[in-house]
Amino acid sequence: MKNSLIILTFFVFGIISGLFSLLPKFIFESDFGLYALYLLMFLVGIRIGSDITAWKIIKTVTVKIAVVPLSVIIGTLLGVGLFSFFIPSITLKESLAVGSGFGYYSLSSILITQISGETLGVIALFSNIFREIITLLATPIFAKYFGKLAPIASGGATSMDTTLPIITKFVGREYAIISVFSGTVLTILVPFLVTFILKV
Amino acid sequence: MLTVITLLTLGILLGFLLSNKEKIIGYVDQLTNWSIYLLLFLLGISVGVNEKIIKNFGEIGIKATILTAGAILGSVVISYFTYKLFLKK
Repeated sequence: MKNSLIILTFFVFGIISGLFSLLPKFIFESDFGLYALYLLMFLVGIRIGSDITAWKIIKTVTVKIAVVPLSVIIGTLLGVGLFSFFIPSITLKESLAVGSGFGYYSLSSILITQISGETLGVIALFSNIFREIITLLATPIFAKYFGKLAPIASGGATSMDTTLPIITKFVGREYAIISVFSGTVLTILVPFLVTFILKV
Repeated sequence: MLTVITLLTLGILLGFLLSNKEKIIGYVDQLTNWSIYLLLFLLGISVGVNEKIIKNFGEIGIKATILTAGAILGSVVISYFTYKLFLKK
């Protein structure tokens, strides 16, 4: 939550400096953003590779638990796919890309902006922040009516960190490993899936 | 975008080698945060200078909300069946 506030603050300051032309033009006319994105992807890769605990978790869980992130992927893509018919101005592909953020709003919105432009990037930013916020707020309801996996599914990639405390509080500590596992798998998949969907 | 995937993969390989160098990983995390802030700031700027987006901000919010509803409902419903089928004792 704290992190999303910091990120939103930077985003809002960006909007303000853009609106009132507070910064010299060359900043957004250069390829600066693209190189920053390259740097970010490299760093994200290092983090994924170095996270031995994540790989250890992946090794220790049974095949059965792999159905959890798989259901989150299928459910999310089915859901955004169906709901995209309510939005005539958005293509199926674009909505699938937004959904593939799984709540990892910073990375997904940056990638989508670079591939498909600012409008879809901003939709991805908001949509994925909403996913985190709704999970934080609605976890008790989801856990009560849709079973113990529901909050983990709703949290998507965030179920490994930001939404983990609230999830374990309502579905029990014995689900913490499943939650971290599902979130980790989805976090790793986000950059690949988003790029794949928009580029195919 | 091939560059993105290549850099990501190279990063993962380097990450494996650096996995016990906690100090370096700490710097990586810091730098990751700051590049995310920078990129979101840049996204903000390009949104700010884009009249089309500024004018349609409400509409963008509604679209985002609809997609979020779809994503959450879809995953929650499927996970309900997964829970019944695989995990419930």
